[in-house]
Amino acid sequence: MYEKDGEKYFVVDSHMHYWDASPANWIAGQENFAKGWIDCFHAYQSLGPAETHWSIEHFQKYSEDDLMKDVFEDGHVDVAIFQPTYLKSWYTEGFNTTEKNGALAERHPGKFIVNSRFEPRGGDAAMKEFEENVARWQPKGVKLYTAEWLGDSRGWTLKDPEAYRFLERAQELGIKNIHVHKGPTIWPLDKDAFDVSDVDHAATDFPDLNFIVEHVGLPRIEDFCFMATQEPNVYAGLSVVIGGLMHARPRFFAKVMGELLFWVGEDKMTFGSDYGIWEPKWQIEGFVDWDFPAGDEFTDYPRLGTAGKKKILGLNAARLYDIEVPAEYQLPAEAGTPAAKDDAKLVEDPVGAPA
Amino acid sequence: MTSTASVLAALDSVRDPELDQPVTSLGFVASCTVSEDGVADVHLRLPTYFCAPNFAFLMVADAYEAVSGVPGVRRAEIVLDDHFASEAINGGVAARAGFVESFGTLAESELDSLRRDFIRKAVLAGTDRVCRPLLSSGLTGDDLAALTLGEAPPSPDRERLRARRAELGLPSTDDSPLMVDPVTGEAVGVQAVPLHLRKARLTAVGAEANSGICRGMLRDRYATSGLGEETA
Repeated sequence: MYEKDGEKYFVVDSHMHYWDASPANWIAGQENFAKGWIDCFHAYQSLGPAETHWSIEHFQKYSEDDLMKDVFEDGHVDVAIFQPTYLKSWYTEGFNTTEKNGALAERHPGKFIVNSRFEPRGGDAAMKEFEENVARWQPKGVKLYTAEWLGDSRGWTLKDPEAYRFLERAQELGIKNIHVHKGPTIWPLDKDAFDVSDVDHAATDFPDLNFIVEHVGLPRIEDFCFMATQEPNVYAGLSVVIGGLMHARPRFFAKVMGELLFWVGEDKMTFGSDYGIWEPKWQIEGFVDWDFPAGDEFTDYPRLGTAGKKKILGLNAARLYDIEVPAEYQLPAEAGTPAAKDDAKLVEDPVGAPA
Repeated sequence: MTSTASVLAALDSVRDPELDQPVTSLGFVASCTVSEDGVADVHLRLPTYFCAPNFAFLMVADAYEAVSGVPGVRRAEIVLDDHFASEAINGGVAARAGFVESFGTLAESELDSLRRDFIRKAVLAGTDRVCRPLLSSGLTGDDLAALTLGEAPPSPDRERLRARRAELGLPSTDDSPLMVDPVTGEAVGVQAVPLHLRKARLTAVGAEANSGICRGMLRDRYATSGLGEETA
């Protein structure tokens, strides 16, 4: 919970992690990849305020106590959603698995939602593992990192028949939310690995699933936005947008927010801190205080008011995940329905008059 | 003797295909030397260990071509540092192998189509940079639809837009329309102008955001500035 100027915000951190990237967990022969991955994450942290930076040792492996303090005690978060990233090609026990997240969540009832994942290239064994994870942790969502390496494979897309098999099964098992994270390597390498058109296909073919595209498709925000206007069940995950731009590049951040508010709308955007890349505290406090800077270049973007910030920081994700929100945090009826699929005159008419 | 400056000037023509900016100004040139017998040795660096290998390959291959063409350069050695695919890329470019040969079963075709897709994005973003000031000065979308490229005020942005259109074989003379479809080259009709400009701005904003993140990551990764780096 966060309170500012008499307004109370219910906060759902819809994209965060509990990882182990310490050298003890690096697979022999794969050290360069394991180190390269966590060094890259650590560089992202440098885009946040200096006083929130961690040493690389702390960043490689933070403790349960660190997480509980950073996210809940200091970080204003009411409910946090674990999003796993396995990377078992590089990390012996995996980088950030359902089991590791789930074990922590069980020690703190009511604080976490444990999402899982599936590996469409793994055949029946992967299906069995997925089904067991669903039975054990009862996730309402999965996180899919399409650029994950597996043997000689450099990734997969949501259009693959194998992926459809898992999406169908996920739906049967009660999964509602598909979080998609694009990365830099997908077979074949001559194509654009960040391309989000596969999400478009899957979102059309699975209209009852919600597709939350993390980091709003960065570095392909434009493709993501064009796609999101076509698909009522596609949402914008703000991980990296707030963490990577709000402090480091405030004017770019304002433009990106303006574009998202125009193309996607405040009912379709969800906050995610990407912890441990960035702590949620400064992101939430800064976002509640945020407004467009002065300047002609921002004047024709839709404005974001307190109700919109409440939706983005928690109410939209609460609706997607059926999280009960106490009455004092809810919006009056005239503020609209959080996470409403039909938020968007823009879906029908994406043409606004340019300034 | 060939100067380092002339090699760096050649590298100014090499762009990051995603960001549409020179590798020099982005800070990607780690070092550049030319030996007395004409061997140019250039080291490139990128913001992360995992930057997309296809774009990295294009930059190294383009740098090889550009530096090889500098008068007095007998041999160009272009080395990408600190990247997961450094070995495949450096070896492939040095051997004048294409992308497919360098990456074997991981790639299906060469990168021409990928490159064209990103030049189209550059055309859209460039359209925003040229048109936005005109809209701010009071012109309407209808006004812009009637303008030619030559009627837009002369500026570096206009010439950059013209160059990108020419690379794609799109109309790029002074009498061609100011706004064209980046795929077909046809003039954007009055009805389609508002959406076209919205898309153009979104594409420009995306490129700015990416470039901001890349520059921030590079600064964290390397303590020193690149040769020819411009801070933005």
